[in-house]
Amino acid sequence: MKTWIAFSSILMKDMRSYYLKPPNISWGLIFPIAWTLMFFLRSPVAVEVRDLLPGVMALSILFGTTSMLAVTITFERKSRSFERLLLAPISLNLLMLAKTSGAIMFGVVNAFVPVIFASFLSDLSGINWFMVLGSVILIAITSTFLGLFIAVSVSQVFEAQTFSNFFRFPMLFLCGLFIPLSDLPAFLRPVSYALPLTYGADILKTAINYNGIISVPLSFLMLLIFSVILFAYSTYNVNRKWIL
Amino acid sequence: MKIIEVENLKKTFNGFTAVDGVNFYINQGEIFGFLGPNGAGKTTTINMLTGMAKITEGKVKLMGEDYTRNAKKAQAMMGIVPDESNLYEELSGWENLVFCGALYGMEKYLREERATQLLQQFGLAEAASKSFKAYSKGMKRKLAIAAGIIHQPEILFLDEPTTGIDVAFARQIRNLIVDLHSKGTTIFLTTHYIEEAERLCERLAFIVQGKIVREGTVEEMMKETQGENIVNFTLGGDFTKIEEEFRSHFPDFNLRMGKNNDVSIHSPSTFTLFPFVQFFEERSLPVFEAKIVRPSLEEVFVKVTGIELQKMQSEQNQKGRKSQKGGGSRS
Ligand SMILES: Nc1ncnc2c1ncn2[C@@H]1O[C@H](COP(=O)(O)OP(=O)(O)O)[C@@H](O)[C@H]1O
Ligand SMILES: [Mg+2]
Repeated sequence: MKTWIAFSSILMKDMRSYYLKPPNISWGLIFPIAWTLMFFLRSPVAVEVRDLLPGVMALSILFGTTSMLAVTITFERKSRSFERLLLAPISLNLLMLAKTSGAIMFGVVNAFVPVIFASFLSDLSGINWFMVLGSVILIAITSTFLGLFIAVSVSQVFEAQTFSNFFRFPMLFLCGLFIPLSDLPAFLRPVSYALPLTYGADILKTAINYNGIISVPLSFLMLLIFSVILFAYSTYNVNRKWIL
Repeated sequence: MKIIEVENLKKTFNGFTAVDGVNFYINQGEIFGFLGPNGAGKTTTINMLTGMAKITEGKVKLMGEDYTRNAKKAQAMMGIVPDESNLYEELSGWENLVFCGALYGMEKYLREERATQLLQQFGLAEAASKSFKAYSKGMKRKLAIAAGIIHQPEILFLDEPTTGIDVAFARQIRNLIVDLHSKGTTIFLTTHYIEEAERLCERLAFIVQGKIVREGTVEEMMKETQGENIVNFTLGGDFTKIEEEFRSHFPDFNLRMGKNNDVSIHSPSTFTLFPFVQFFEERSLPVFEAKIVRPSLEEVFVKVTGIELQKMQSEQNQKGRKSQKGGGSRS
């Protein structure tokens, strides 16, 4: 019970301080909207909107979570308020979960902004929404934990931002969303399969357009493995680097 | 009862020993102080006791239970006020307190009630809804102390509670500490202000370069200076010019330079003033004032540690500058 009070308070505070702040809400909305418009305006045929949906959703999550978490944690470290959390009687794992769940939820909400748009432009029947939700949640988790990984690797806010892009842009091009995996040069393909987004995007493709190429259970498993590794590595680093 | 027991506690940072095997304990209900210059290892000791730093060697116990390798289980019973603020700039004073209460698992009504009561007690009721970043340095420190005790900890750690705070607020904070103590809170405080340690602490330890060089109650410490006779002269010029000559003229007396043109003369036996006055006057150094000084903790500290007060002072200034710069670059 006591742990739950601490957990939910950390989460609520982050919601209010970061994710529900007007600039971030609008950023969280404008960004997916911009992506949506950019792609959808180029594709006048309604069917193509649906083709683009998995990519735009994945991007909205990636851009809504990774740098957001990396920046807020780096910022709290600089202002020393993160120290107060480390001094609280809650385990490091639970603390890091509390800090990341806000960003995860933010990412999930962001993912559905393009869906709302697409629903006006295209027929969205026949989509496996359970599968969509599952992959959206797992993409949000891996992207957020990637942000956590970045936060423990840098010490300045601008580094967090730069480092986030360092991961995000290659992921965009290598995840198979815009360039099919089969069209990538052979030497880049192993890199694609080492990126969590590749698996998330593939599930979305299967769920929305039935054209994924990786088996869905395998993709889910890979996303879970990425989540566990990124989280374990990050908390290990928090303990090693921030508790001197 | 002993709340905290520390055995042979040691901390090294890449081969540099910051805390070098300290032993001490803190009794329930007392104010125990660490007095030492900047860099002595005070903050590092607090960090090890509170789980912010890993312990290189040694043992720490809370109410008889070893928590050397697991600070989490002890943290619930601790209140910690670090040397620099670690509250949320964007939250109000009240929200900060309520949030801190929640970190310790306090129920909503309980933490809200206590936050309101603490703001009242600390004279911050009017600033309750102001955001923390609008607080003055002194108000920030007071709120940090309130945040440290919101969950009514068994022991409160105060790291240099009045450093960098203006005089009026520093006095308020000292009064608050006395007040908390009278209500039964056990406090471990660090300071480099000798008068503060003397005024507030029941027991204290002098810490220099990571080592405790003396430990005891203030009365025990004061015994060191029993029978010491001290006279302080305020001169009309620079004493250092004639220091050598003075020492050869009065070889049995100890000298201590004070601020400006003050110099004090120490001797285990009583002495008359006339020879000194005459000596100064003959060397065109008028004596403006001569007063007998009652030995204070200051004398004990200087005697035991060999650290001149001026040096403590200059280190304090350095530290003040450093942290000011740090604060500037952050904002
Ligand atoms: N993280 C660190 N890495 C290396 N040296 C450190 C670190 N923290 C403190 N020190 C050193 O340990 C010594 C004690 O520091 P500290 O405990 O902060 O002193 P105090 O609080 O008494 O002023 C200082 O020499 C300081 O430079
Ligand atoms: Mg210190």
